[in-house]
Amino acid sequence: MNGFDALYAKAKDRIHALSELPSIKEESIEQMLEGRGIERRDFMKWAAGITAMLALPSQFTPLFAEAAKMADRVPLVWLHMAECTGCSESLIRSDAPTIDSLIFDYISLEYHETLMAAAGWQAEENLNNALKKYAGRYVLLVEGGVPTAMNGQYLTLGPQGRTGLSVVTEAAKDAAAIFSIGTCAAFGGIQAAAPNPTGAKGVDKVISQPVINVPGCPPSASNIVGTLMHFLLFGTLPALDRYHRPKWAYGNRIHDLCERRGHFDAGEFVESFGDDGAKGGWCLYKQGCKGPYTFNNCSTERFNQHVNWPIGAGHGCMGCSEPDFWDTMGPLEKPIDSHLVMGLNSTVDKIGTTLLTATLVGIGAHAVASIFMNKNDENEG
Amino acid sequence: MGNRRVVIDPITRIEGHLRIEVEVDENNVVQKAYSSSTLWRGIELILKGRDPRDAGLMSQRICGVCTYSHYKAGVEAVENALGVEAPYNAQLVRSLLNESLYMHDHVVHFYHLHGLDWVDVVSALSADPEKASRLAFKYSDLPIATGTDELTAVQKRVKEFVDKGQLGPFANAYWGNKTYKFSPEQNLIALSHYLKALEVQRVAAQMFAIFGAKQPHPQSLVVGGVTCVRDILSPTRLAQWKEKYKIVKDFIDRAYQADIVMAAEAYGTEETVLGGVGVKNFLAADAFMLNRTENLFQSGYIKNGDLSQAYDIDDMKIEEDVTHAWYKGTTPLQPYDGVTEPEYTGFIDGDTVNGEAKIIDETQKYSWVKAPRYDGEAMEVGPLSCLLVNYARGNKKVQDEVGAFLKRTGLPVGALFTTLGRTAARMLQTKLISDNAITTFNSLVENIKSDDSTYTKFEIDPSQEYTGRFIGEVPRGTLSHWVRIKDGVIENYQAVVPTTWNAGPMDGNGTIGPYEASLVGLKLEDPTKPLEVLRVIHSFDPCMSCSVHVMDMKGVELSEFKVNPMSSGTSC
Repeated sequence: MNGFDALYAKAKDRIHALSELPSIKEESIEQMLEGRGIERRDFMKWAAGITAMLALPSQFTPLFAEAAKMADRVPLVWLHMAECTGCSESLIRSDAPTIDSLIFDYISLEYHETLMAAAGWQAEENLNNALKKYAGRYVLLVEGGVPTAMNGQYLTLGPQGRTGLSVVTEAAKDAAAIFSIGTCAAFGGIQAAAPNPTGAKGVDKVISQPVINVPGCPPSASNIVGTLMHFLLFGTLPALDRYHRPKWAYGNRIHDLCERRGHFDAGEFVESFGDDGAKGGWCLYKQGCKGPYTFNNCSTERFNQHVNWPIGAGHGCMGCSEPDFWDTMGPLEKPIDSHLVMGLNSTVDKIGTTLLTATLVGIGAHAVASIFMNKNDENEG
Repeated sequence: MGNRRVVIDPITRIEGHLRIEVEVDENNVVQKAYSSSTLWRGIELILKGRDPRDAGLMSQRICGVCTYSHYKAGVEAVENALGVEAPYNAQLVRSLLNESLYMHDHVVHFYHLHGLDWVDVVSALSADPEKASRLAFKYSDLPIATGTDELTAVQKRVKEFVDKGQLGPFANAYWGNKTYKFSPEQNLIALSHYLKALEVQRVAAQMFAIFGAKQPHPQSLVVGGVTCVRDILSPTRLAQWKEKYKIVKDFIDRAYQADIVMAAEAYGTEETVLGGVGVKNFLAADAFMLNRTENLFQSGYIKNGDLSQAYDIDDMKIEEDVTHAWYKGTTPLQPYDGVTEPEYTGFIDGDTVNGEAKIIDETQKYSWVKAPRYDGEAMEVGPLSCLLVNYARGNKKVQDEVGAFLKRTGLPVGALFTTLGRTAARMLQTKLISDNAITTFNSLVENIKSDDSTYTKFEIDPSQEYTGRFIGEVPRGTLSHWVRIKDGVIENYQAVVPTTWNAGPMDGNGTIGPYEASLVGLKLEDPTKPLEVLRVIHSFDPCMSCSVHVMDMKGVELSEFKVNPMSSGTSC
C-alpha cells in the first residue's frame, strides 16, 4: 500500500471508530449548522479549507466533513496554569462567520475556567466528573506554564489547594491526547524567561505522555482548531518537528512567505520606524524582525480573520513560537547579535552599501540564515 | 454557633486564579471576607536587566484580556523616563486603540463573564418569545436580535441543550437561585444578546487589529511612537475601522445599554446588589485623547463618597503594603523603591460549609496580591471610580450621561454606590467612550493630511540614570508602571494595577480593600451555592494575572538570584 492509501485507510478507520462511540450530544452537527443558517456547501468549503491548511490531498475533504460530524464524541478539558488567558481569548475570537468557532462550540467543553458557569466546589466537581466519565476519551488542552519551584505551590487550585502541577499530572493520565496551547504551555513562556523565579516549565517537561505543542503568543485560532481536526480525523498525533509542533503549521519560517520578502532580497530595509522605508512596507530585519528564525504560518494565516499581523503593522516578528525566545531573541527590536547568527548582520550591512549586488547578497543572507536554522530544523521526530 | 467558612476556589469567569473566602453568621450574612490570589509569575523580576525597549512587549504578557493595557503602559513609562514624546499621530493611534479595547473588553465582560450572574439561562426556557419580543421595545427604541423568530430559535437551541442534561460549560451553575430577578422573557432577551455579543466581540477585535496588528497581544507600539504607519495612511484601512466601529457601537447602543436599563428595573429592589461598595474612596486617571486640547476623562480622587470635591493625585503618595501578602516585610513602599521577596506560607486545614478544605489563615499572609494604598487609604478603581471622579470634577459629558441614566431608570445618585451601580457604570463608560472614539478617529484623519510622522528618534545614554512612570486608565481602572533605567538596562520595574487596588488583602493597619469590604454584610441564599458573592466580585471584573506579577529584588543581581533557594526548581 502506498503512503496515500495508507493515510486514507487510517482516516477511514478512525471515522469508523469514532462512529462507534456514543454521541455526547443528540443533535447532529448538520442539524446544528442548518439551525444557524449554514448550508452544506459552506460546510464543505470549510472542510476543503482545513484540508488545504493541513497540506493534505483534496480527497481528504469529505473525510474532514465526516470527522467534523463526529466532533461531539470528543469531550474537551481545558486547564489554566501560569498564564495570561491570551490563548483562551484568541480562541474566543476564532473565525467569524466561518464554522471553526461553531465546531468548538459544538465539541463538548467540559471544563474551561474562563467560560464555564460553575465556580468553586461545583467547578472542581465538573473537572473530576469529566476525568472519570470520559477516561481515555477526553482531549486535554493546557494553557500556561507549570510552576515547579517550591513544590509547585506558586499555583494552587480548588478548595483543597492542589498545586497546578498535580492537577495537570492527574488530568494527563487518562487523556486521549494532550495539546499545549500557546508558548507558555509548550515551552514555559514569559514566566520561564531568565531567571525563571517560579521554575515554570512546559507541560511536556512535567508529564510522561506525548504532547503536541501549539505555540505562539497567542497561537492563531486556526492553528488550534486545525491541530484538533487532525486528531479527530486520524486519531493520532500529526507529523511533528523536534519541538513537537505540527509540521503543517510550523513547517515554514515567517520569512519564507513574508509579504516583505521581496524587499529583503532587494536589500531594502526600514532604517528607522516611520521612515520612507516604513511607509513603503520595506523589510523589518534591521528593526529586529525575527522572521528568519521563527517557524509559524502567520505570514499566510495572519490574525483576527486575516485582518492584520505584526509585520503587516510595521513591527518585526518577535519569534513568539520558538522556545525561550524572550531570552534568545531579545532585545526584540534589534537584530540578533551577529555572533549568534553567523554573519547575517554583517551581510545585511553590506546590502546597504551597493544596490547593484543587493539582490544577490540578499539571497546569500537568506542562505546563511537557512544553514543556521537547518541545524535545528532537520532530523526531527 | 460561630461563623461558618465558605470557600470559593476557583472563582471562574475571570482572568486568572482567585480564591474568595467569607465567614457567614447563623443568618448567612457575611461577617468577614478574604481575597486571595493563588498564582505568582514574577514578571517584574524577569524584566530586570533587559533592554528598556522590551518593557512594553514583555509587560504586555502580564495579561491577555486587557492585552493592550500593559503594552502601552510599559512603552509610555520608558518614554517618560527618557523624556521622549511620541508624535501627535502616534498619541492619537494609541488613544484609538485604547478606545477600541474598551469597546471589546467591556462587552465581553458584561455578556460572557458577568452576565450569567444576572441571567438565569434555565428560566429563559419558559419565556413566551412573542411577549419577549414586544418587551424588548420597552428598553430600546430599536432592539437588536429580539425578533420573535430569533428568540424562538435561541430558546429552541438552549432547550435541546438542557433537555439532554449535557450542559457543557453551563453545567452545575447556581441556576434557580432566588436572587435571580429577571422574568423568563427578560432572561430570553439577555440570552439572545449573549449569543449576539459573541459575534460582535469578534468584530471589535478586528477593529482593534487594524492599527494593533492582532488582538490579543498587539504589536504596533514602540518607544517613540507607533509602527502602523501604512495602516493610518491607507484610506481603505481607515474605512474598515469606521465600518467595524459602527457595528460595535450599534450593539452597545441598542443591546448593552438596553440590558442595563432592564437590569436596573428588575434588580432595583434586590438587596444583595444594593450594597457592595465597602470602600468609598475612588481613584481615576486621565484618559482618551480626543484632540490636542481635550481628554475624555480627567484624573483625581474622591473620599468617603463625597461627590462635591475631587482632589489631584500626588504620585509619591501611592504605596504598596505586604503585611498580609506572601512577600517578606511589613513597611509600605512607594513603587519606585519597592523591595519585595516571596514568603509563601500557604493555607491551613479547616472546616467549611462544604466540608473540610484548605482555608486562609487571616492572621498571617494569605495572597500573592499586594495592598496598594493612596496616602494610607484603600481606594476603589475601575469604571465606577472613573465616572464618580469625573462627576465630581464637573466633567459635563459624564454628568449628562450619568444624569440621563438615573432619570431614565428612576434611581437616585446613591444607587451608583452599589454592585448594580458598578455594573451600570461599566456600560455608561463604554457608551461615553464609543460616542467619543469617533472624535479621536477624526482628529487622526484630519492630522495625517498634513503630517505623516509616527515616530520620534531617541537614544539611551548608558552613563545616565533614568526614572519614569505611566499612570493611565485601562478597562479595569487605574494602572501605573514605574521604571528605573541604569547602565542602559532596566534596573527596577513595578506595576501597580487596577485589580491589585481592588483585590488586595488587609494592610498593616487592619484596613481591608474593596473586594473584602464589598462582601461584608451580604446575605447568602445558600452558602453552598454562593451566587451573590460571584455577582459582587464579578462586578469588579477581576484580572488576577494583572495583579500578580510583583517581584522586585532591588540590589540583587540576576546572576546572584540564580543561586537563590527560591528558584531551586528553575529549569535550564
